[in-house]
Amino acid sequence: MATIKLDAKVPEGPIGEKWTKYKSSVPLVNPANKRSLEIIVVGTGLAGASAAASLAEMGYKVKTFCFQDSPRRAHSIAAQGGINAAKNYQNDGDSTYRLFYDTIKGGDYRAREGNVHRLAEVSANIIDQCVAQGVPFARDYGGMLRNRSFGGTQVQRTFYAAGQTGQQLLLGAYSALERQIGKGSVINYSRHEMLEVVKIDGKARGIIARNLITGELERHFGHAVLLCTGGYGNVFYLSTNAMGSNVTAGWKAHKQGALFANPCFTQIHPTCIPVSGDHQSKLTLMSESLRNDGRIWVPKQKDDKRAANDIPEEERDYYLERRYPAFGNLVPRDIASRAAKERCDAGYGVGVTKMAVYLDFKSNLINKYGRAQATKLGIENPDLDTLIRLGKEVVKEEYGNLFDMYKQITGEDPYEVPMMIYPAVHYTMGGVWVDYNLMTTVPGLYCLGEANFSDHGANRLGASALMQGLSDGYFVIPYTIGAYLSAEIKTKAIPTDHEAFVEAEKATRERIEKLINIKGKQSPESFHKRLGKIMWEKCGMARNEKGLTEAIAEIQALKKEFWSDLRVLGDIDGFNPELDKAGRVADFIELGELMCIDALNRNESCGGHFREEYQEDGGEAMRDDENYMYVAAWEHKGESQWELHKEELKYENIKIAQRNYK
Amino acid sequence: MTINLKVWKQKNAKTSGNLETYKVDHVSPDMSFLEMFDVLNEKLVQDNKEPIAFDHDCREGICGMCSMYINGQPHGPLEGVTTCQLHMRSFSDGDTIVVEPWRSAAFPVIKDLVVDRTAFDRIIASGGFVSVNTGNAQDANNLPIGKDKADMAFAAAACIGCGACVAACKNASAMLFVSAKVSQLALLPQGQPERESRALNMVAQMDAEGFGACTNTGACAAECPKEISLDNIARLNREFLGASISNQEV
Repeated sequence: MATIKLDAKVPEGPIGEKWTKYKSSVPLVNPANKRSLEIIVVGTGLAGASAAASLAEMGYKVKTFCFQDSPRRAHSIAAQGGINAAKNYQNDGDSTYRLFYDTIKGGDYRAREGNVHRLAEVSANIIDQCVAQGVPFARDYGGMLRNRSFGGTQVQRTFYAAGQTGQQLLLGAYSALERQIGKGSVINYSRHEMLEVVKIDGKARGIIARNLITGELERHFGHAVLLCTGGYGNVFYLSTNAMGSNVTAGWKAHKQGALFANPCFTQIHPTCIPVSGDHQSKLTLMSESLRNDGRIWVPKQKDDKRAANDIPEEERDYYLERRYPAFGNLVPRDIASRAAKERCDAGYGVGVTKMAVYLDFKSNLINKYGRAQATKLGIENPDLDTLIRLGKEVVKEEYGNLFDMYKQITGEDPYEVPMMIYPAVHYTMGGVWVDYNLMTTVPGLYCLGEANFSDHGANRLGASALMQGLSDGYFVIPYTIGAYLSAEIKTKAIPTDHEAFVEAEKATRERIEKLINIKGKQSPESFHKRLGKIMWEKCGMARNEKGLTEAIAEIQALKKEFWSDLRVLGDIDGFNPELDKAGRVADFIELGELMCIDALNRNESCGGHFREEYQEDGGEAMRDDENYMYVAAWEHKGESQWELHKEELKYENIKIAQRNYK
Repeated sequence: MTINLKVWKQKNAKTSGNLETYKVDHVSPDMSFLEMFDVLNEKLVQDNKEPIAFDHDCREGICGMCSMYINGQPHGPLEGVTTCQLHMRSFSDGDTIVVEPWRSAAFPVIKDLVVDRTAFDRIIASGGFVSVNTGNAQDANNLPIGKDKADMAFAAAACIGCGACVAACKNASAMLFVSAKVSQLALLPQGQPERESRALNMVAQMDAEGFGACTNTGACAAECPKEISLDNIARLNREFLGASISNQEV
């Protein structure tokens, strides 16, 4: 194989003109030719559904695949807090450049300038598009859209629909997709899982998918294949991802030659409901938007046994406000998470496990909302109970479903007592490497949304994931795919009895048979749990050389055990969730090893990647721009073997500085 | 706690099923209902018995995938809660719990507790959208929408498409599901151009899928985990009637 040369293909010219110029000069495909070009879209979350709908509207023939029973259930549905857009509706000084700047800075200077600026440019169009579809965003009495703040910014640019923004945006994209399905422009395959990329003459030409109901393997041809398959946070077993979220599509692409970039950049979200016991199957996020109105604190006294409400104000340590007065409770996620870990490790944690901190709404509920409501209603000198009652009404409208969910899970009422929260794995910034066109290193194979690595550097800002997913799907891929497909108009649909399809299906079948025929003693679930424990302890919120080296050896041993002692019950030719899970865990194990290798290679701390050896005296992350200002893109070379390729990052429009939120 | 379960087992759509009995020990009140199933399934694997198949994904009450009929109620005893958000503290030591799949001719069983709900997708595809292509939108604030209307539209849009309404209904009617989408779009200015054809087409598709008629018993709204209101069904009836009268061509 020829040596891979990474070319990001970012257009020349001033940053503010790159995308405009690109759109005016990218080759087009005429309508008649579009009808004979087929595109496969794997995954139907925000990126996949929006891409599939938009491409079908343009006239391409599209097939969509999802492992859930309906495209509407993709995990984008669970995003809570909001979506950013540089609209400046609040007249608070926002602009495309500020969103660009905040995103690059928030990502700790490890994202590609050209992509991020494009993201900021199209952010406003996303809101327009979603409103046109009937997405019911929160509004003021005058009918205008509302905004709130998220971490890492000093403007209010986050649009939201209570605590269900992801649901409303996905249902918008899903309805656009269903409209195309109804017209026959898209064929959807639910309960199907992509298990292989088919390459012909070096180009992606289709996939092998397993029908999860019948177990049949199917061959599907496409002139191009788009992976919109989400993040890999479930490698940690416990995360805020859905149970079925997996890396399999991206990993199969990786093994077919797509480089995997910055795998160690994972986001640990600071405000999640803490682990309650060994039975725990997943963690639940409490939206970052809660940090608009909640104050985070721990007792000043170690091992304080008093109930939260019994601890007087002067004995509480509002440690984020203390350490970061400029941003306070709205520092970026990586910083808030590490600060929580620091307090708990030092013995100030709360709750039964002592691995939690308080997120307290009382003071804003009373002083901000309660008083404002009392003034509005003309109540003079309101007593405390009145203020609490009035404040509750406002808080309920802003965050009601989140408060209900918290109560459901923990059995405690957050209107009465502070929430207990702790950081948990939430998002993965790393992913399949893509160029400016969102194409991977395999021609014709694209990767969109969380599944790619491109826009968030080493740390993603809150409310930017929804923005990126929809940007990639609605506004980027419809243009950039033309650059490739315009040269494919003479390629006729390749029959799926082509040797490459036969071979790919055979290899896939053999792998499935191998999994089910090990007939060992341990379940896929038990291996997943053990992998997650290794990853969380040694490649989690803090990492060091010793731990990572141990983790690599442990994962290799786990892999050996997996392939010799796995037990998969049930049939190969029927509905079998155990078999689905086994395949996903096998891929997670391999990815886990690469994540540790990547974390070990990156001898610096940046964003969500915190190497204990590289920190300042105050515990802040210490970047090494001289040696590590690059994207680490890994090429798969064989079992447990990878070669590192570097994409150097250049900052021409932003002055690089140590991140400072003080 | 120790919990006794009677769970519907069915190999596939072609075979008949039956209730099987299981006992789960050491159940913690903090476990979710599905985590109790995880524990049981792990034990079944250890005993070389095939685990129980059930649908689930986000486990935070929003994806709509989980779908268990627990002691005769979709999503179990609590109001406004999906199965995945139901916790074992709602049950007592020694309880016997009967768990069945959604029951409706339009939702055939795939395996055990897993059913096929693609009929809902086809209903949405028949009209549950605003026909606007990507790239045609005006500035979002050029279309002011009063807060009361926006809030009502949002409340209807909160439907997660789980199918509990169908499972709860003695007629297996999908009216609550259909009405939630029709209401959302009928309440918003964006939905006006296709208002009539939407109501007619979605109702026609609903009938074609084999869902039953609505007899206003209200079981759907009572069991809906997102507390979608019966008002939406009243609105759908108005929309459908109005559209039928004015739109004679259809």
